[in-house]
Amino acid sequence: MDHSGISVLFEGTNFTRLLGGLWVTVKIAGVALILGLILGIVLGVLRTFKNRLLRLILRLYLEFFRIVPTVVLLFLFYYILPKQLNFNLPADQIATLVFALWVGAEMSDIVRGALISVPKHQRESGLAIGLNRYQLYRYVLIPQAITLEIPATINLATRVIKTTSLLMLISVMDVINIGQQIIEANNHTHPTGVFWVYGLIFLFYFLIDYPLSWWAKRLEKRRLERTNG
Amino acid sequence: MADQILQVEHLEKYYQKRHVLYDINFSVAKGEVVTLLGPSGSGKSTLIRCLNGLEPYQKGTITFEDQQVDPTEKNWQQIRQKIGMVFQSYDLFPNLTVIDNIMLGPTKVQKQSADAARAEAIQLLQRVGLEDYADAYPRMLSGGQKQRIAIVRALALHPDFMLFDEVTASLDPEMVRGVLNIIKDLAETDNMTMIVVTHEMNFAQEIADRVLFLENGKILEQTPSKQFFAKPQTDRAQEFLDSMDF
Repeated sequence: MDHSGISVLFEGTNFTRLLGGLWVTVKIAGVALILGLILGIVLGVLRTFKNRLLRLILRLYLEFFRIVPTVVLLFLFYYILPKQLNFNLPADQIATLVFALWVGAEMSDIVRGALISVPKHQRESGLAIGLNRYQLYRYVLIPQAITLEIPATINLATRVIKTTSLLMLISVMDVINIGQQIIEANNHTHPTGVFWVYGLIFLFYFLIDYPLSWWAKRLEKRRLERTNG
Repeated sequence: MADQILQVEHLEKYYQKRHVLYDINFSVAKGEVVTLLGPSGSGKSTLIRCLNGLEPYQKGTITFEDQQVDPTEKNWQQIRQKIGMVFQSYDLFPNLTVIDNIMLGPTKVQKQSADAARAEAIQLLQRVGLEDYADAYPRMLSGGQKQRIAIVRALALHPDFMLFDEVTASLDPEMVRGVLNIIKDLAETDNMTMIVVTHEMNFAQEIADRVLFLENGKILEQTPSKQFFAKPQTDRAQEFLDSMDF
């Protein structure tokens, strides 16, 4: 069993390095999600206002981030913007920024959809007790929208976490990049190492994403049970 | 006329090109109960919603408590605190408990302290016999209970004037009485000024001081209630009463 290859995971500091890479991945995804959620809620609320110009601009923003592939966005921000705008950030911060803007765009659509599906009468009875627009959103519309949007938001989170695997392309030291380094460094001694390293990475992603998608499913089921019964 | 609380003059309303209210003129005196009657689609609900700024109107004026309303959203927001409105579909906020539904207006809009608002909310709940449900969520209540709480929610703001838009139309028959009794009690005990849109003719007869009869967006007649139900001025109203079979 000397050369089964699994031992590559535990040579030297390999395992802790992989965990460190995973931490980078989780940190970028986590910070991007938090910033993106805040941005998305604000933009989503703005998109329910009547101002046409504002709605058009936000719509274009959404479509841009939705249509342009994430890889292209990463390259755009990593290679092109610094040159043109003299705007330099380390790779992991660029990655966080791109992901946050992307999450904000997707989230704005989720929030808007949830807000406009709150029944019109809710808005009217809020107005009838004298709430102003801010209070109406804060106490009536947004709390009701949140229960509608949580499952879609969690699904978005799983997509974001998965997509962090592209970060190696802009040389962020995420779990995939570190895995790649370990494979290359140990190729001679552990020819099957690639299988074990990627296997472990697969397990990492699975352990993070599967509970999220299970949770989303459960929340949606509960919500349906509640609205129907 | 002294003590008029509401005056509507030459009000016209269009939905795009469709003319839905024609030259509406009437006034309501303090303590008066006016019912709006008329066939479906006659514009009763549209009219009552205009009075609360939920529907914009294109011409005419509304004068509330001697102030002509400048129909901006900001202005209406102030005025709505004095005009309570209850809708057909109750529309309690499902994300809040009963007591929080009631306290939302008083604490957030009128900036009352939570303690004062709570004490009053409990008192109002006792009045409608639902004090045990203070911490329940709306989904746990029956339609009649929800509607009673919707009335309490409006009353908590101490309105000078109440609008009821077909508040019993979606209730089971056995729930209707309880809700109507509360409205009647408001008229009799509190001498509350109100406009009631309803299809319950017996109730309209019991409660109304005056009837406005609408058809196709026009007020066909304004008649003291007793006279209206005994012998309306227009044939159309007589036909309507005959068809209601009460």
